[in-house]
Parts: sequence; structure tokens; C-alpha cells
Amino acid sequence: MSDRTKIYVGMGTCGLAAGAKFVFEAISNTLKNLKIDAEIIPTGCVGYCKREIIVDIAKPGYPKLSYGDVTAANVEGLLKSVLVDNVHNHKLIIGKYPTAEVINKDDLNEVPNINDLPFFKKQRRLVLKNCGHINPESLQDYLAFEGYEGLKKAFAAGQLGAIDEVKKSGLRGRGGGGFPTGMKWEFGNKSVPKDPDNQKKYMICNADEGDPGAFMDRSVLEGDPFSLLEGMTIAAYAIGASYGYIYVRAEYPLAIERLENAIKLAKENNLLGENILGSGFNLELKIKKGAGAFVCGEETALIGSIEGKRGMPNPRPPFPTESGAFGCPTVINNVETLANVPGILRHGGDWFASVGTDNSKGTKVFALTGKINNAGLVEVPMGISLREIIYEIGNGIIDDKKYKSVQIGGPSGGCISEENLDIKIDYESLKTVGAMMGSGGLVVMDEGTCMVDVAKYFVEFCTKESCGKCTPCREGTMRMFEILEKITTKGIDKQEKIDSVKHLEHLAGVIRDTSLCGLGQTAPNPVLSTLKYFKNEYDAHIYDEKCPSGHCKSLIHYEIDESKCIGCGICKAKCPTGAIVGERKSPHKIQTEVCVKCDQCVQLCPVKAIAAK
Amino acid sequence: MVKRMSNCTSCNCKSSKNLPEDLVKIFEKYTKKRENVIPLLQDVQEKYGYLSKENLISISEYLNVPTSNVYGVATFYNQFRLVPLGKHLIRVCRGTACHVKGSDKILDKIESELNIKAGETTSDELFSLETVACVGACSIAPVITVDEEFYGRLQQKDITALIDKYRKSD
Repeated sequence: MSDRTKIYVGMGTCGLAAGAKFVFEAISNTLKNLKIDAEIIPTGCVGYCKREIIVDIAKPGYPKLSYGDVTAANVEGLLKSVLVDNVHNHKLIIGKYPTAEVINKDDLNEVPNINDLPFFKKQRRLVLKNCGHINPESLQDYLAFEGYEGLKKAFAAGQLGAIDEVKKSGLRGRGGGGFPTGMKWEFGNKSVPKDPDNQKKYMICNADEGDPGAFMDRSVLEGDPFSLLEGMTIAAYAIGASYGYIYVRAEYPLAIERLENAIKLAKENNLLGENILGSGFNLELKIKKGAGAFVCGEETALIGSIEGKRGMPNPRPPFPTESGAFGCPTVINNVETLANVPGILRHGGDWFASVGTDNSKGTKVFALTGKINNAGLVEVPMGISLREIIYEIGNGIIDDKKYKSVQIGGPSGGCISEENLDIKIDYESLKTVGAMMGSGGLVVMDEGTCMVDVAKYFVEFCTKESCGKCTPCREGTMRMFEILEKITTKGIDKQEKIDSVKHLEHLAGVIRDTSLCGLGQTAPNPVLSTLKYFKNEYDAHIYDEKCPSGHCKSLIHYEIDESKCIGCGICKAKCPTGAIVGERKSPHKIQTEVCVKCDQCVQLCPVKAIAAK
Repeated sequence: MVKRMSNCTSCNCKSSKNLPEDLVKIFEKYTKKRENVIPLLQDVQEKYGYLSKENLISISEYLNVPTSNVYGVATFYNQFRLVPLGKHLIRVCRGTACHVKGSDKILDKIESELNIKAGETTSDELFSLETVACVGACSIAPVITVDEEFYGRLQQKDITALIDKYRKSD
């Protein structure tokens, strides 16, 4: 154990957004004032976003202690308490990390173990194990946590040996489709470049995390970039590729910065470049910044983008493993898939396969967001139920409202209703309820979320992101959107609405069956799954012209509950159209014909007397 | 400052124009390969804030790729814009997590506050408003970014003060 105190500050994008930079500065100033020598280490994020900003303190001879809700204002008190007064059970405490030895001093017994906390208890961290615990900008830190042991083992096992280990692990692609990774590598390994003038092979990492509502890959890139580089180097070695690209979203500036730094350090230390670790294997890695196109998550579209073209998919076959980037054999894996690889090589395929279910091995990282108490990044073993994730790890719905649905898999996925909450998370069982694993977005919705609106939201997303190459997707998603618009608009003939919903189901089937790529083939999923499990909401919109969740603007109006209204006048003062009338200290009224339904009054009312009906 | 490129001896392209020095500096970083279209567009946009017609033509001449193709790429990706922006760029995240947490209402509020729609720039050229698919900060939804700063867990009532902060700083 080091004899210097270490202070870790979570500085991922979300931490920085919450003000981690100011906390970092405040810690530095406080240490100076208190004349305490300590190392301040910026880290990625442990995923417990609810308690952002998180600061961990590791004093010599003590277990690492984690504190949450730290601000620039309260950090001085925290440091004084922990570092000067030895009072560790401070009000900001989250818990203590386990240590090999039992440490019994001061008030440590009163501090809960991190792994006993509901948020962490059911998690199993293989991919995220370093996130929040190492300095992502330090190669030394990564090496201290068994970094690059996997690559050494891969070199020792040989190309086919490394592929065998991954096949044995049962690892499947984490980007959505779930194709067995070992098999993909085998195809890539066996494939021979056809062009005699261009005998290259390419290894590409897909870090174009385009699913709205997902940030798993960003957290890995920001928190543990070397694990991706190691995984990619192993993959490139296994397939025999000496050139690689990391295709990352331009919207992730911090991730790009940390990747660039990691590549530079790896090169300087013979972990990239020529003759890596004396193995004779060369790898040149480049970062390609995506320019914002969801369809580039599709392999062939991503390759087009790397080649400098519009990101449009091509029919397969030929598969990229035969003819990919610049016509050369190419293997594309997602960030999380590759981040799993070092561990598999280090501990063996059997070790990895011992976690998970029969068909889905290992863990899955989810971005748990929406109307959930413990929003954050969670990594769970395959086979856990959604109920456990939402009610135990996530600690239930905000304000104890009623659960309605969880959206899994982004625009390609589906909405899962209460009755299916107990299904086990794996690739196959999610398909049986009209959803799919996707890349890992889990957006929780409560009674205030309108499911027709959610379907419309995703379809609108797909109309915008459709590349326009094939007709079913380009035209079909637009027609689906128009139908959903019709259903959520007041004053349209009821029979027309009824007919168009019948048409919607048919249309969805055609788009699914005839689109060229995954974007189009899965675009109808949000519509089909909401139609199946939330038909009553569609009916309410069509037959009663009502939005039961009070969301669809055209179908709602606002009312003030006169028995609750105290006549404070706040809503009246703020109403942009002067739609609210009433005398001070007597109940107010909303003139529906003037109201523009901006919802501001609902949020301002101190006694919650205003509601959408 | 312009640098004369006498029928372009330095990079051998067809251009006979005077290219601005800034542009030449960007070009020098990239080889004349088709695959460099997107990085070039990104760098040029970062420098000038948008992609002008002249710059699109210069890029196509430098890479020897038809201008129609460069234009095709520039209009395909969400990142690129062909008109200049206001001084501050407000981006409203329209990701799923933000959507269920009311980002549509945040957007409405900003639109009414600035009196423009998403995709437009205010007449005083102080603010441009855009929506983005997801900024990946879902745990603090709803999120907007102003220039490089993130603002999370927003409510409609926070918007006026937030915009005023930027109005006053100018």
C-alpha cells in the first residue's frame, strides 16, 4: 500500500457536467491550505450517477472510502473530517471498498461496504472494473491492474489459440446483434485479401454509440481506454490485421482526448506500433471521428464513412470479413465486446463462460436512465431479471410513481411492460417479448409517459436517420410517423384513425421484412411492441381522443383544481399568453382557448393544483 | 493574409485560386486521399464555424474528388452545416432519457425565449439553436449544452436565467 493519500475524483462527462472540475480545484486548494500532501487523481466514472460528484479517498493503512454528492462548497469540510479529524463516517459517505486485510480502527465499522449497497450488490463488474478506480490517462495505473497481461497470453497462445479462447468464452457482440465474437474472428483470420496490390486486413472498433439514451461505450472510453486498446490489439493479432480504426462519435470530445493520449502512451511503450512486445506483430491504430449518423452503427455504412463516403449500408454478402474497408478483409467489434477480451485472455474462456446463461455469457453494461431513482451505469451478469435491475439496483421509480415500461435496445428495441419484468436478460429471451439486447440503453418510464408518444419519438428518430438508400425504410418510416401523428391529433375522423392503425401493423411488417439494413429492419420494433403491450393507450387516443398520460399536446388541456389552488398568482404572472385569470387569494382558472399548453404553470405551482387532463 | 499558390504547385491540385493560409495549413495535414474528406470537412468547419461553398470547392479540388461528392458527404452527416452560426450554440439533447424527462418542453421554452425554432439563429446572431440525438449524459437528463458547457437536470424555469447569463456576458 502506498504511503501517500490518494484522492480520486470522478471526472467523466457527466461528472464534469455536474461540476467535477470545480471540486477538483477546491480539493487542490484545501490540501494546500491544510498543508496535506496527497495525490489527486482524475478518474472515469463508477456509474453511480445519482451521487455525482463522487470522491474516493484512500489513506495509507485504510480501505478506500467513497463519498458522494460532493460539491466545491462542502469538500473542504469533508477533507478536514477525513484527513485531519479521522472522522470517516462523514454525512457524505457512500461506503468502503473491500480490502484483503481486515482493518479495525476508528469509526470504520460503521461505514457500510460498497458491495453491500443495493446499487452495487447485484452488479458484477468485468468491463467496468477499472472505471473510477484508475487514472485513465496513466498507462502505469492500467498496468498495475493486470493491464496487458491478456495481450501477453494471446501472443503466447498464438492467433488460433487466442481465437479458441474467445470461442470457448461464448462472448457475443455487445453492439446489438449478438453475433459470436470468436466466430467472427475466425472468419477474419481465414479470409485472404483478394486485391494483389492491397494485401491489408483491418480491425475496426465501432465506438459510434448512436443509440439515444445510451452512454456505456463513452464511459469505457473515458474511464478505461487502455482496456479497449488491449482488446483491439488482441483482436487484430488474432485475425492478422496490422491496421486498425477506432470510429468514435465526434460528440464525445473527452473520450477522443483520452483515446488519443492512450494511443500515444501505448506507442511509446511498445504496446502499439511495430514489433509489439517483441512478438513481431505490428499494429497501426487511427482514430476516425464520426460525423453524426446513426446508420453508421451498421457495419457496411461505417466502412463507407471511413472511406470518406456517405454512410450508406451495402447488401451483405459479401460480409466485411471477406470484403470490408477498402475492399480488404475487415472485422468490426463494438467497444464493450473488445473491452471484455483482455479479461477473457487473462483468466481463460472458461472463467468468462461461468458467468451468465446457457446462450449468453458474461455480463452486460446498461445505461439505466429515465424515471428511476438510481440512474447510472450498471454492469450485471446475463440472466438477471429486469425487475432486479429496476427495483433493487435502480431502487424503483422516482417519487414512487407507478412503473409503466422500460425501453431496451434504443430505436431498434422494444418496450417491456410490467407483466414481462421477470424475464431473464439474455439475447434470446428479450426477442420473445419483442425487444432486443441492443447496445444497452435502459430507459425507465412511469405512468406519466405516453407510450404512443414514445413510439412516435422513435419512429421520428428513424425517419431522420434513415439514409434514404432503400425505399421501405425511407418511405415506410415516414408513413408510420404520419399515422402516429394522426392518432395523436384532435379532430381527425375516427374511422380514418382506426383504418390507419390497421395499416400501421401491415406497414411495420413490410418494413421489417424488406429493408436493406438493421436500421430499417428493426425500426418498427418500438411500434409493434407498444401496439402489443399498450393497445389500451392507442385505443384511448383513437376512440376517446384522450392521452391518458397527459402528454400529447393536441389531446390534452390544463385544469386548475380549485380545491387546492391558494390563489398565489405565480402561474398567472408567468403564463406567456395570459391564459390564467383569477383574483389574488381566490382559486384561478385557465382559459383553454388561449392556453398554448407550455406546461410551465404545472411546474411552477407550489401546491401542485394544476394538471393536464 | 493570403498565400499565392501559383496554379498550386504545393499540392498539385487543379486550383488556381488564392487559398487562405488557414486553409492551406489544414490541407497540409492530410494526404490527397478520398478517405480524408470527412476529417477535412471537420477541420474546416471547426476553423470557420461552417462550410462555405468556396471551401467545399477547395476541398474537392485538393482531394481531386468531384464537388458533388464532397457536397453529398457534407449534407449527409448531422455534424456539418452550410450556414454560419450565431455566437453561442445551444444544443438541446433529444435522446430517449431526455425525452421522457421532458426535453421537448425545455426545447419549447428555449424556442419561445429566443423566438426562433431549432435549426435557426437569432437575428442578433447571438444564439443558434440545434437539437442533437444524444450527448451521452443521460443520467443528468434533461441536458442542454451551450458551446462546450453541459447543463443537466434542467427545468423550464431555469432557462431564462441561463440564457440571460450568456446575453449579459456579451
